[in-house]
Amino acid sequence: MFKQILVSSVVVASLALTACASSGKKNAPPPPPPVNNSGMAGYGASDSSVSGTGLGGGLADLANKKTVYFEYDSSDLSAEGQGVAAAWAKYLAANPSVRVRLEGNADERGTREYNVGLGEHRANAVQAALASGGVSASQISVVSYGEERPVAAGHDEAAYALNRRVDIVQQ
Amino acid sequence: MKGIYRFILVLSVFCASPAFADLDITVTGGVAGAQPIAIVPFSSNDGLQTDVASVIDADLSRSGMFRTLPRGDMLEKPDDPSRVDFRNWRSVNMNNVVVGKLNHAPGSDRVSSRFFLLDVITGQQLIAYDMPPVAPDQLRYVAHQIADLIFERLTGIPGVFNTKIAYVTSAGLGPTRSYQLIIADADGYNPRTIASSRETLMSPSWSPDRKKLAYVGYERGRSGIYIHDIASGQVKKILAEKGINGSPAWSPDGTKLAITLSFETNPDIYILDLQSGQRKRLTDHYGIDTEASFSPDGQSIVFTSDRGGQPQIYKMSVAGGEPQRITFQGRQNLDASFSPDGKSLTLVNLDEGRYRIALLDLANGNLRILSEGGLDESPSFAPNGAVIIYATQVRGGGAELATVTTDGRVRQRLHQPGEVREPSWSPLAK
Repeated sequence: MFKQILVSSVVVASLALTACASSGKKNAPPPPPPVNNSGMAGYGASDSSVSGTGLGGGLADLANKKTVYFEYDSSDLSAEGQGVAAAWAKYLAANPSVRVRLEGNADERGTREYNVGLGEHRANAVQAALASGGVSASQISVVSYGEERPVAAGHDEAAYALNRRVDIVQQ
Repeated sequence: MKGIYRFILVLSVFCASPAFADLDITVTGGVAGAQPIAIVPFSSNDGLQTDVASVIDADLSRSGMFRTLPRGDMLEKPDDPSRVDFRNWRSVNMNNVVVGKLNHAPGSDRVSSRFFLLDVITGQQLIAYDMPPVAPDQLRYVAHQIADLIFERLTGIPGVFNTKIAYVTSAGLGPTRSYQLIIADADGYNPRTIASSRETLMSPSWSPDRKKLAYVGYERGRSGIYIHDIASGQVKKILAEKGINGSPAWSPDGTKLAITLSFETNPDIYILDLQSGQRKRLTDHYGIDTEASFSPDGQSIVFTSDRGGQPQIYKMSVAGGEPQRITFQGRQNLDASFSPDGKSLTLVNLDEGRYRIALLDLANGNLRILSEGGLDESPSFAPNGAVIIYATQVRGGGAELATVTTDGRVRQRLHQPGEVREPSWSPLAK
């Protein structure tokens, strides 16, 4: 247990370091929006999500697919986003006792309450994709945080691209 | 292991900022014809801690509409009109002088104050006033009331020095992020944290009687609408439906809240009756409808909707009916609220990639940009309708509050470490 806490603290610390670094001016080119979530500790990363074994349904594959990214002011799923949703749909349909929370987020542009609406539309888009993949509605809950929970602190497109996202958090 | 902890500690010191500190205000603009006025130190029969005259002085000079005389330049420091020699004030080019005295009656726990506003040119008394006695620790508020009276007498605009501002601060990223909901005096003094959370706090909104603050909080991944009672400190969760519970805005009579809920399908505007708990759905559209605000007569609301493709402001009757789009300039318009006289709206306008605060004249449809940032938001009218407070991004990171007069002439910045945002200006004390 103690070890567990320490590990997640290190994640927190490295996240904080990333935050500090990205708020300053750096010459390194901004990374492209990642297809998977490795290296980006999203919300819920410390929730022991997708760390168990034995549930079946491509679990290892999902560890890299915990976030769906979106375009500016859009809640349309990209081809990559559809791929992430499809992988989760397969897993959740095969494991009806597993539940996920879809956490919708927006970048900082636009007003705060409008962005709460936008975040929810994004989470709903992922929910619809899961439902069409055979996942029961009772397995999914949706929350939107709007622009309140950025994972990247910058004020440029590289940061914005990381913040326009839906985190899929296993409960 | 010890090393890791030290590492974390250093990081948190480096990244986090104290969220609880006085707002430090600077005026970045000013009126060319600011009125010269001298606020003479008040006499006192007791060693009272509050320098009433300096609070008045700071209020008036911060407004940008007055230029106050430094104490060192005063040739006399009278406390009563009978002792004023107007030649001493004409010679330093003053238009007006304020004199006064504080009286702490022996055996009483109250302090009374008397002040005079004098016209230096004519020698007339413009105001002669005895303020109601107060406890010594309330003298700051008496000073703000005096500043309000002087301001209104000389400008014709009611003063807003004796008001409060609610705002949200946050620090940290990711799971370490924390949020505070704070109420401070309009001059930045006496900040008081009324809610503190690891989860998001947002959208504070004052009740018209200034006794309550509605806001949005999150608890274990669910949002809710909360009402904080200022006097008792009690908090009530009044709503936590599935999905969005957002954007609370009080009706002018204080009996209802306009809110955004999404439990039925997607974000729509509802009117919640606070007494009965009944709610009525006002909008029904697959787009995002949010950020409602009541007109001063309580008969209509404005709100943000992207039903036309981009977010724009729409107006509709609280009785229902078809919303009418009322903004057409710029790419987007969001988060509108009515001026106290109902004649204009302040809102966030997106044009040429910049989100700025604007004023929309409802009679002729003219839109005037008032702010100078790139990501300005959350505009809120002062109760006199002459000033708007909003949040603006600081170069190099963070956010702070700023004010601008509706004529665009006077600007203030309210600095505080960390991220400060979502200001909401309180109504006047009743």
